[in-house]
Amino acid sequence: MNRSLTERLWGTALWFLVGFFILNLIALIATVITSSFATRWLGTWLPADFTTRWYFSAWDEFQLGDVLTVTFEVVFAVVLLAGLLGVPAAYAMARREFPGKKLVTLLFLLPLLVPPITYGIPMATVLYKTGLGGTMAGVVLANLVPTVPFVILVMIPFIEQIDPRIEAAARVFGAGTLRLFTHVLLPILTPGVLAALLLVLVRTIGMFELTFLTAGPTSQTLVVALYYAVFAAGVRAVQSIDAMAVIYMATTLVWLLIALRFVNPTQIVARAKQVH
Amino acid sequence: MSTLATSAAPSRHPALSLRSRLAASGLDAVTLLLLPAALLLVALFIYPFVYGFVLSFEPKQGGMFANYQRFFSDPYFANTVWTTMKIALPVTVLNLALALPIAFRVRLLRRQRLLTTFLVLPITLGTVLVAEGMLFYFGPQGWFNRTLLTLGLISQPVRLVHNYWGVLISLVITGFPFTFLLTLSYITGIDPSLEQAAATLGAKPAARFRHIFWPLLLPGLAITFCLSFVQAYSVFPSAVLVGEPAAATRVISIAAYQSAFEDYDYAMASAIAMIMAATQLVVVLIVFAARSLVYRGPVASGKG
Repeated sequence: MNRSLTERLWGTALWFLVGFFILNLIALIATVITSSFATRWLGTWLPADFTTRWYFSAWDEFQLGDVLTVTFEVVFAVVLLAGLLGVPAAYAMARREFPGKKLVTLLFLLPLLVPPITYGIPMATVLYKTGLGGTMAGVVLANLVPTVPFVILVMIPFIEQIDPRIEAAARVFGAGTLRLFTHVLLPILTPGVLAALLLVLVRTIGMFELTFLTAGPTSQTLVVALYYAVFAAGVRAVQSIDAMAVIYMATTLVWLLIALRFVNPTQIVARAKQVH
Repeated sequence: MSTLATSAAPSRHPALSLRSRLAASGLDAVTLLLLPAALLLVALFIYPFVYGFVLSFEPKQGGMFANYQRFFSDPYFANTVWTTMKIALPVTVLNLALALPIAFRVRLLRRQRLLTTFLVLPITLGTVLVAEGMLFYFGPQGWFNRTLLTLGLISQPVRLVHNYWGVLISLVITGFPFTFLLTLSYITGIDPSLEQAAATLGAKPAARFRHIFWPLLLPGLAITFCLSFVQAYSVFPSAVLVGEPAAATRVISIAAYQSAFEDYDYAMASAIAMIMAATQLVVVLIVFAARSLVYRGPVASGKG
């Protein structure tokens, strides 16, 4: 059966739109990368010449060594704590029915639905009042608010599909809670936990709003430092900021590529679907 | 009940029965595992909201409602709601209008992975990086304007950054992939045999869409619309970096941020945050009210 002309035109138009979007996206990223290697780039298609010196100057100017250290300290603390708090909670949510479960579900759902900037301002106010604002601990705590629910909601369906009879069998054969955990649950859960935590990692590196609202001068992550650099553009060379942006892209994309080996790209977005 | 009457060891017996009663209703040691996570969220999410709500009624000067009165009487504040709506609503409608037909095409595609990987890029890189890239790429000297000039489509560079359009474009770049991937996940959740059955019975594509997909998709689309809108409504970094933060793109989050971190008026900042949350809630409620007017049926039908 032949498709009609309008149908084919419609299809072509849609693919054209997708192509246009992706082409611009690639060109946008390519602009940043090209500019970071450019000696001088004004009013031409390509820069006059290429150099790597901006990377060295950006590294010094923006103290990227310190910023990267802070970034990874924050991110790994968040990943670790989100796993430690989220996975047991997900286990409880998947295995037990209890009064008020709907309310608890709502508690875990809301931080993912309300945008960070909306709850971030009252949260930053509280953190500053308690003296945690501007510290690394404050940044880690702030980032736990969306990540712990994220781990829980990703892990619940994963745990639900594990047959509870496996645990019952281990109990019958005399395994204590610790042995049950280390010998039965941990091996089964590892792939799911790994995927969830990789997603947390990628999301935390890119989490701007919460870190921006709670970070002080010594607890800035890379994305916040990049914001300040772009915000104060004109003070530094554009190429230097672009070099920093490329370093940010590289740190994010490495983890994204690792994460994509374990998860489907839609999982990064489609967490709301799993709830219903 | 008889245990209450016995006087010997009055504390031990009821405690035991309480424990087993709790376990019977699902509250045992395993359930307690969710306590740490729940406490954290109560302390860092619920409490700040309540705290901010109370604080917003304790202004630096004036009566209880002084902050809210100031917000709605001073156009410098009040206009931010309208400014933000003017950015967020068109972006959400545009993103959804693009995402829906494209997702319908892509659902038939066997190898979706490459496309979805590309689309996940702007989401992961985030608004700050997209804004930074846009400054040059969409700038007067950038490749975008240069290509249009070479093709003869324009005679002068179009101004696409540092104004309303800059923010709009940045929200399409980060928002469209989000909307698309969410829509796609809803569409692929619909049982394909439903469509095949309709096709077998002679329904044309338009009819299949109207009678099969549309009713099943509507709940998902309502959620997608709300999530996309709420994200666009809380735009912050791109409104500052590629927008005109003093005028055309002075969105509500900028007003809240300035009150908190430039004027150090946390009460006013909390009031603005509350207004921000309330306006988002109003739009969400309107969407769901509209949905139930159009279609009455189960909320989560046809998935899984």
